Amino acid sequence: MSVRLLLGAALLALSAPAMAQDFAITNATVATGDGSEPQDGATVVVRAGKVVAAGRGVAIPAGMQAVDGTGKWVTPGVFAAMTNLGLFDAGGVQESNDIGARNSPFGAALDVVPALNPASQHVAVARNAGITRASVFGAPSSTIFGGQGAVVDLGADNRMVVRPRAFQLVTLGEGGARLAGGSRTSAHALFRNALREARQYGSDARISGGGRPAPVQTGDDIPIDPRLVDNTTAREDVLLNRFDAAALVPVVNGTQTLYVNVERASDILSVLALKREFPRLKMVIVGASEGWRVASELAAAGVPVIAQPLNDLPASFEQLAATQSNVGRMVAAGVEVALGGLAGTTGDQPANLTQFAGNLVALTKVPGASGLSWGKAFAAISSVPADIAGYGGRMGVLAPGAAGDLVVWDGDPLELASAPERIFIDGVEQPRVDHRTRLRDRYRDLDDRDQPKAYDW
Amino acid sequence: MTTIRTALAAASALALAACAATPGSDTKSASSTPAAVDANPYPSTYRPYPGTPTALVGATVYDGAGGRIENGTVLFADGKVVGIGAADLAIPAGYTRIDGTGKYVTPGVIDIHSHLGDYPTPSVEAHSDGNEATSPTTPEVWAEHSVWPQDPGFTRALANGGVTALQILPGSANLMGGRAVTLKNVPSRTMQGMKFPGAPYSMKMACGENPKRVYGSKGRMPSTRMGNLAVNRQTWLNAKADDGKKRNLATETLKGVLAGDIRIQNHCYRADEMAIVLDMAKEMGYKVAAFHHAVESYKIADLLRENGVCSAVWADWYGFKMESYDGIPENAAFIHNAGACVVIHSDDENGIQRLNQEAAKAQAAGRRSGIQISDADVIRWITLNAATAMGIADVTGSLAPGKMADVVLWNGDPLSVYTRPEKVWVDGALMFDANDPKRRPVSDFELGQPGEGDVK
Repeated sequence: MSVRLLLGAALLALSAPAMAQDFAITNATVATGDGSEPQDGATVVVRAGKVVAAGRGVAIPAGMQAVDGTGKWVTPGVFAAMTNLGLFDAGGVQESNDIGARNSPFGAALDVVPALNPASQHVAVARNAGITRASVFGAPSSTIFGGQGAVVDLGADNRMVVRPRAFQLVTLGEGGARLAGGSRTSAHALFRNALREARQYGSDARISGGGRPAPVQTGDDIPIDPRLVDNTTAREDVLLNRFDAAALVPVVNGTQTLYVNVERASDILSVLALKREFPRLKMVIVGASEGWRVASELAAAGVPVIAQPLNDLPASFEQLAATQSNVGRMVAAGVEVALGGLAGTTGDQPANLTQFAGNLVALTKVPGASGLSWGKAFAAISSVPADIAGYGGRMGVLAPGAAGDLVVWDGDPLELASAPERIFIDGVEQPRVDHRTRLRDRYRDLDDRDQPKAYDW
Repeated sequence: MTTIRTALAAASALALAACAATPGSDTKSASSTPAAVDANPYPSTYRPYPGTPTALVGATVYDGAGGRIENGTVLFADGKVVGIGAADLAIPAGYTRIDGTGKYVTPGVIDIHSHLGDYPTPSVEAHSDGNEATSPTTPEVWAEHSVWPQDPGFTRALANGGVTALQILPGSANLMGGRAVTLKNVPSRTMQGMKFPGAPYSMKMACGENPKRVYGSKGRMPSTRMGNLAVNRQTWLNAKADDGKKRNLATETLKGVLAGDIRIQNHCYRADEMAIVLDMAKEMGYKVAAFHHAVESYKIADLLRENGVCSAVWADWYGFKMESYDGIPENAAFIHNAGACVVIHSDDENGIQRLNQEAAKAQAAGRRSGIQISDADVIRWITLNAATAMGIADVTGSLAPGKMADVVLWNGDPLSVYTRPEKVWVDGALMFDANDPKRRPVSDFELGQPGEGDVK
């Protein structure tokens, strides 16, 4: 990017809050993201960064700028659950990659926030695909805990974090077994011990040391435990260091959601059983390739799922029953399911969430398969992941009071030929330039007779 | 697909991702050993399965060679395409008539870059048979000797992707990874039962980061890109100097390349490296059939056109390693627009199920940048162009009389996300039918296990 453009981007970032626009888009095909089917001839009104109204027969407030949306589709921005956006530049370039920390002394205490880089090209590329919000996780690497993930927005500014420490991630199943010493039994023992230590750490004043009386306010709803800023703390724990123990206190208290990564049906049941032992756990299952086999149990437990939608291979022994009908069957059984875990940069990149959702619609035409209606498929990449992240009704949906995150598409957003034309986050229109668009423009022709391509910018 | 628990492993695996190589069988390495060397010691035993004379009528037909027929008719019998034409094409007596109204017909999809069988699922260590990563050049290994025909991935590629032929390449850890093999996508008890009759062999080569990282980390040459080239050149020179008195499997493959019997499928991302490889090929006297993973082909599309080299590319993979950082979704369209050959490849057991969708995404990216490429031409990227680069275009890859009846009937526009194969024929035999639960292969591995026979 040129110096000029960088300056422009910086100015944009600084002035972003002031640039939220009040506008209406009329006569478009509008999908509100709530699971309902798209409506033709509908209007969306945005004011002060929030959605005011969306649907047919919505009146445009007097004096408001109206944009003709004829032939366009308007949806809420896509919410990409379980990504690594902002944590890496080139995945294979270790120096640029903060996704995992194999040799870290910490696990649960890890917090993705200080590593997040809103200027990563992958953030821009995902945004340009219509993704406006995401959850970001760190991969469990040194222990079964991945640490504390965040909810972010993908706006082209310097503020990425919407909610820090939004969830904790633990991996059980085969991955957890490997990290825990070699077996699922060890992973469960470690996990239970960690939760018990955290419960103890959270309630036992004698081991809390001389911590400051008042919690440290950080502006979010999970304050930093005072013992983390107290150097006099001493504790005779056996397995968890005090940072990891403190990080798990809100998990065991149920104030911070615990994302549990498991694939196998029996592993899912083992996780659901933990609720009897730790009743305040608020859990989300991530992965669940065999979720359809225990869909009724998941539904009865009220535990939502974030699933990779197109897994249909026995990629491991814990995914023998993987099928593209997994999501459709779980939804039919009453499970709340978001599409997610497309964390990569190859076929499973977040930018392809719309394609993956479209594939679930395709399954409705395949005999014997279970897919989703268009409305449900889009909800699985908008309102449902937002709800799982704690933002039900406030993100991923075009409803009064929801964030003004919307995308104007040149066609059906789940279709391969379609792409965003305009993207708004909190009512602020987003730039469309990134490294790849600049390369596209530079190499649209190969003419370098007069000057090398390096001058072509 | 990357699971969370393997996200880290995947990051390093992706650094390895991307390879190339092709198969062959009836190759004659006449140039080397004078004695009776069997050039085809593991011959194909593939025989077409029985089919019935079939007339597909009423569908939109893409012939794979750039042609499109509305309300077309496709006739096949005895494993071969008999005729293709408009609605007025006469249907001989005894043909089973299938109404394709509202549907689409294409040639079978062909993946030029797959590791199915060599890296089968479940992806456990015991199945890791795709990289003989013990020496930077292993022209002596043959990918066919690793293929596990029970890999469930073959069945998904058939049912969801309409894939009827695919090239299995060794991995890209090595500069010269060994020979590839081309397979018909039919279930079989043996690799030979899938081996594509008469397909030429290819040899897989790899540029760039993978070989230098794999061997550099072992403290061996090559550890740099200049090391890559040096080892390559010396290996070619040694092969040329071999007098052939004593059989040497590595030399036999390399001499097969130099004789023009074995094709080169070259994993190579960066434009500058591809240019160097083209000069190395000229220096040593061979030709590159295709650059695979060629994410920067758009920067040298003119050079690739002039050299008659295909680019086998993804639609949108990028940024997973340094040499993929400049990948752009317009790559395929820019290559095509420059008059060079485009193939959409997968290198992936999931992506192979959606090559049609990947082609559609690449087409759409081109359209948004002002390049219009017809649907019929885009279908060619996953059919005839792949066959051409693999050396099997004379027998498959398009719907023309006398060619193998490798055919897909799609339940809608194959460039739409809402479409899936409804029926897939290989050599005129119906190998998948979405409407018939029994016309769906289930591998030995899946029998008696959760999900057996499920709609996947």
